[in-house]
Amino acid sequence: MEISEKVISQNQNVTTTYEPRSPWQMMIKRFKKNKRAMIGLYITVLFIIVAILAPWISPYDPYAYNMKALLQPPSLSHPFGTDQFGRDVLSRIIHGSRISLMIGMVGVGISILVGVSLGTIAGYFGGIIDSIIMRIMDILLAFPGFLLALAIISILGPNMLNVMIAIGIFSIPVFARIMRSSVISVKYKEFIEATKSLGGSHFFIIMKHVIPNCIAPIIVLSTMRIATAILTAAGLSFLGLGAQPPSPEWGAMLNEGREYIRSATHLSTVPGLIIMLVVLGFNMLGDGLRDALDPQMKI
Amino acid sequence: MLGYIVKRLLQLIPTLIGVTLFAFLLVAAVPGDPAQIIAGDSASPEEVEIIRSQLGIDKPLYEQYMSYVVNILHGDLGTSLRSSQPVLDEILSRFPTSFILTVMSLIIMIIVGLIAGIASATKPNSLRDNVSMMFSLFGISMPVFWMGIMFILLFSYYLPWFPSGGSTEFKHFVLPSIVLGLSASGVLARLTRSSILEIVNQDFIRTARAKGLKEKYVIYKHTLKNALIPIITIVGMEFGILLGGAVITETVFSMNGIGRYVVESIQFRDFPAIQGSILFISTLFVFIILLVDLSYSVVDPRVRYEN
Repeated sequence: MEISEKVISQNQNVTTTYEPRSPWQMMIKRFKKNKRAMIGLYITVLFIIVAILAPWISPYDPYAYNMKALLQPPSLSHPFGTDQFGRDVLSRIIHGSRISLMIGMVGVGISILVGVSLGTIAGYFGGIIDSIIMRIMDILLAFPGFLLALAIISILGPNMLNVMIAIGIFSIPVFARIMRSSVISVKYKEFIEATKSLGGSHFFIIMKHVIPNCIAPIIVLSTMRIATAILTAAGLSFLGLGAQPPSPEWGAMLNEGREYIRSATHLSTVPGLIIMLVVLGFNMLGDGLRDALDPQMKI
Repeated sequence: MLGYIVKRLLQLIPTLIGVTLFAFLLVAAVPGDPAQIIAGDSASPEEVEIIRSQLGIDKPLYEQYMSYVVNILHGDLGTSLRSSQPVLDEILSRFPTSFILTVMSLIIMIIVGLIAGIASATKPNSLRDNVSMMFSLFGISMPVFWMGIMFILLFSYYLPWFPSGGSTEFKHFVLPSIVLGLSASGVLARLTRSSILEIVNQDFIRTARAKGLKEKYVIYKHTLKNALIPIITIVGMEFGILLGGAVITETVFSMNGIGRYVVESIQFRDFPAIQGSILFISTLFVFIILLVDLSYSVVDPRVRYEN
């Protein structure tokens, strides 16, 4: 008698704690448990908020010269110091976040649009179309990433828009490959066969069934590629081949500050630290999303 | 084995055609008239015309491409607009610097990356794992140019141990190789960890443990050997990425390598030099990837049969 009561009470416990969850709810729960992922999310959200609110929260005009405050070390009135023209470094960093965010979003947006489309077409239709698309992607991959961006900049000329295009192009093959392999793994599934036999058009099947089922790796990859995009853009600007002075792009700021490395160390340290922090944030977020969505994912 | 090598070499031909085509189109796609750019604004139309025929750009595009490929096969990558020297000579004179830098950084990357990866995979979710994975995340996220500047500041300015620039002696290579190697080791550490963890859960490892082998033996002899393929792949890929990353490192440390040559050529709009160096590096990269592919068949003979 006693034993059976215990069993009943245990069963009741189980029924009270059990809640049906959707895959998304389970994913969010897994994500929230991961400390590193949450830190990444906080950094990313903070960065986006700063970028959006830049004109309202920056204490000074990022372009305003102040000849009375040249190369000042960090102080209360200028927490990150001032540069060789007396411009407030904090305000420039805040405004620079807009440039980095835009490069990340637009650059990766271009790669998603083109890469995902090409990868889907190659994976879904297969055959000769697949071979042609993937051979072109292989050729693009034959150029080490940064070099490809440099090559594109050398044709288009160094400026911000071209940096975004260059970064967009150099991530295309990565997206195409990942998307192609996910599409191939999905296209023989029963629900696709079922839609086909019901007379669904290719366009309908791709849009309604294939892409939604292949989106997880693309989300993870996009987050990580934004980090790469920000890093690459900063590298290009640092070499003088991206954003041009007086733009407050972080890489360009570092390049300008390098001349004063001995007299004003903060001009080289601060932008570098900020770039690292933001890139770290996106990478941790990407890692967390991958672990939450599918830890076996090969990205 | 020989048949496999020949097959892989033949597969290389379309890629190489693609690479030359890309390098060729790179310059053909430059907006504006290259002849006019070279001649300058003050040149007369006749002078521009002469330069145009010298460059061969008055012919149709496919003919230009054919003669471009023929020239490459004869070892002619064009003449630098800046120095009037053959581009290939300029590249070859700078190649040793870039090569030494890349190889030294690769060695540092392999040592640091493998140690960090093995350290975290052998005790997953421990403090050791967390520390080495955070280290690799930092490695991936740190801008290599910033790390270079910080190293110059620390080890050349505050502690005057190494020179801050140059590429003539061994000591010039120390700081840049450490910077480049460390920044690349993050990717390798992460990959080593995930490949080992994937293998560790397989049956044959359980068997190895069950028959009482020492843990060291299980890790180094059984696990690592099987985790080698993805690790070799990433090392090969990194070789190319390091060549690209060397562009920035060479500039920061004022080294006279191909990377810096590319940057300077872009700044001077020296198109034959840009075209030549991009072709050179990417061809090198294609052959490295081939070596990587061939090494698979040594590490894992099954690869040969599958192909």
